[in-house]
Amino acid sequence: MNATSATRMNRRLPWTTALALLATAAGQAGESPGLGEPLAPDEVAALDFTVLPDGRGLPAGEGSVGEGARLYAARCLACHGEEGRGGINDELAGGAGSLAGPAPVKTVGSYWPSATTVFDYLRRAMPYEAPGSLTADDYYALTAYLLYLNGIVDADARLDARSLPAVRMPNRDNFDHGWPPDAAEGG
Amino acid sequence: MSDDHGRDDAAGNGLLHRRLFLKAGAAAAGLLCATARGETREPWMRAPGAGMAAAGAPSPHVTLERVGVSSRPGTTGSGVSRTPLEQLDGIITPSRLHFERHHSGIPDIDPARHRLVLSGLVDRPLAFSLDELWRYPQVSRIQFLECSGNSGAMIAPTPPSGSCGEIHGLVSASEWGGVPLGVLLEEAGLKPGARWVIADGADAAVMSRSVPLEKMLDDAIVALSQNGEPLRPGQGYPMRLFLPGWEGNMCVKWLRSLRVTDRPALTRDETSKYSDLGADGRATLFTFPMGVKSLLTSPSAGLTLGPRGVYQLSGIAWSGAGRIRRVEVSADGGRSWADAQLDAHVLPKCLTRFRAAWRWDGGPAVLLSRATDETGAVQPARAQVLAGRASNSFYHYNGIQAWAVDDRGQVSNVYV
Repeated sequence: MNATSATRMNRRLPWTTALALLATAAGQAGESPGLGEPLAPDEVAALDFTVLPDGRGLPAGEGSVGEGARLYAARCLACHGEEGRGGINDELAGGAGSLAGPAPVKTVGSYWPSATTVFDYLRRAMPYEAPGSLTADDYYALTAYLLYLNGIVDADARLDARSLPAVRMPNRDNFDHGWPPDAAEGG
Repeated sequence: MSDDHGRDDAAGNGLLHRRLFLKAGAAAAGLLCATARGETREPWMRAPGAGMAAAGAPSPHVTLERVGVSSRPGTTGSGVSRTPLEQLDGIITPSRLHFERHHSGIPDIDPARHRLVLSGLVDRPLAFSLDELWRYPQVSRIQFLECSGNSGAMIAPTPPSGSCGEIHGLVSASEWGGVPLGVLLEEAGLKPGARWVIADGADAAVMSRSVPLEKMLDDAIVALSQNGEPLRPGQGYPMRLFLPGWEGNMCVKWLRSLRVTDRPALTRDETSKYSDLGADGRATLFTFPMGVKSLLTSPSAGLTLGPRGVYQLSGIAWSGAGRIRRVEVSADGGRSWADAQLDAHVLPKCLTRFRAAWRWDGGPAVLLSRATDETGAVQPARAQVLAGRASNSFYHYNGIQAWAVDDRGQVSNVYV
C-alpha cells in the first residue's frame, strides 16, 4: 500500500504489447474455425448487465430515497435488518471511521469505492429469492435509500443515470491497486 | 532401521533421510509378497463379484465427502463446501470432491440455450454455443484452483479447530480442458483501448469479475471439461472461465458474457469482498495471484498417530506464480528443517505432492512445511502474513501451517 501505486495503476499497457500477446495466444492454439455468430447491438445490450463507474451501462429510469425505503421494508429488511444494520446477512450501513480501528466494519458507506456498484449489484443479484424482478426505477430507488442510510445522499435525493455516477463515496480515495504487478507490494 | 537415533536423521526430532524412507517402503513391499503366497480364500474370493455397471462408485467402506458444507443465513446455495484434503493423496482432486463456492446456488442450465457472448471493445460482437466451442482448439491445464478466502480462519487470535480440509479445503486441482481465450478474442477482434474483460456468470447472482486483458491473452481458457468429463454443474456446466494461479472467485462459473472494456467495473465482489484491508484503513484491490503455500495433510489436525515409529509425512504445495521448487519440513517447530521429496509431477500452478519420513519417538512434536516456488518466493510465517493487515482481513492467507503432535499422538492446529 505505497503512496505511488495509485499513479502507477494508471499506466497504460502499450497497445502493441496487447497485440503481441494476442498473436502469441492465438498462435499456440492453431486455426480458429470462426464459428462465432455475429450479434446486433441491441442483442448485445439486452445481454449486458455491466455498469461501469463512469455510468456507462446504466439504464433509463429514476428512483427516490422514499420509494427505496418502502421497497427495502418489503424486500430487503428480513435479511439486512432495520436501516441496513443488524440483519442476518451483510451489514449495508454504518461503520464510518471504523476501517483503521480494531474491528473494521465494511459497509456500502464505510467501504465501497463506487456508487455505481450498488446499482450494478442490486440489479444482478437482488432480491435474493427473485433477482432481477424489480424495475430499473426500483433499483435506482433502493440504491438511493442505501446511500441515504449511509449519509451519502439527502432524504429527498432522486437518482438516475446522470446523478448516480456523480455520487462521491466517502472511502473512494483509500484504495490501492495490486494490478498491474509493478503497482503491488511484495508478497 | 538403525537404533542409533540421530545417525539417520536429516533434521531434529526424528526427520529422516530419504534413503531410510525408501528402505522402509521396500520392507513393506516384501511383507506384502510373503502374505500373498498362501492358498486361503477370503469369502469374496469364492464366487464371482458384482456385475458390470454404467458408472463407478466409491467403496462402501470408504466415506469420502466434502467437509465444512455451509451456506449464508437464510440461503441454501450461497456458501462453501470444502475438499477433505486429509483423506486424499496425489495431486488430482476427484471431481465430486472439488471445493465449491457459490453466490446464489447452482443453476440448471439448458446447454442448447446457453451462449457465450463476447462484446464491448471488439470489432465484431459474437456469440458461441457449447457445440461450437467444442469445435475450437482445446488445451489441457493440470492446475490448482484456490478460493482466495481459503484458510481465512487462520487469522483468528487462537488456532481454529477443525480438520485440515475444514480449515484449508478451498483448494483443489484438476485437469481443466477448454478453449484459449486468445483464440476467441482474436476472432472478435480487439479495438484500441481494450484493457479489461468483465466476466459474467449465468447464475442467479450474475456473478461478475473484471479480468485484465493480459491474463486473458496469456493462459486463460473457457473450460469445458474437468478431469476428462464435461464440467459438473457445481463447477460451471456448461462452461467456466479458468485463470491459472489466480483467485478462484475470478474463474467465473456458468460463463455467459465477456465484455471487453477500457477499465475495471469495480463489481461488488472485486471491491467489497475480494480486496485486502490494511491495518491503516487503506485497502488494495486486484490482488489476483495466489501466493506460494504448502501444508501437511498427513498427519493433520484431528488425526491420531498409532504406535511410535516411522511415519510418512505427506502434503501439498502450490504457487500461483509457477512451479514449486522446494518444500522443507520440520518436526521441531521450525528449529531445524529437512528437504521433503517431491513426487514426480511438479507442474506450474498445480498442487505438488511432497513426502518425508519421520520417526516419532512418542513425545511432543510440532510439524511444519515451508514451500519455495520457482520465482524464489518463500512461504511466509503466519505473523508475516498478518503484519500490516486489518484484524478481519482474511483473503490470501498463505502462512506456514503448524500441526502439534502430543504424547498420545493426537494432532491439533497450533500457532508457532
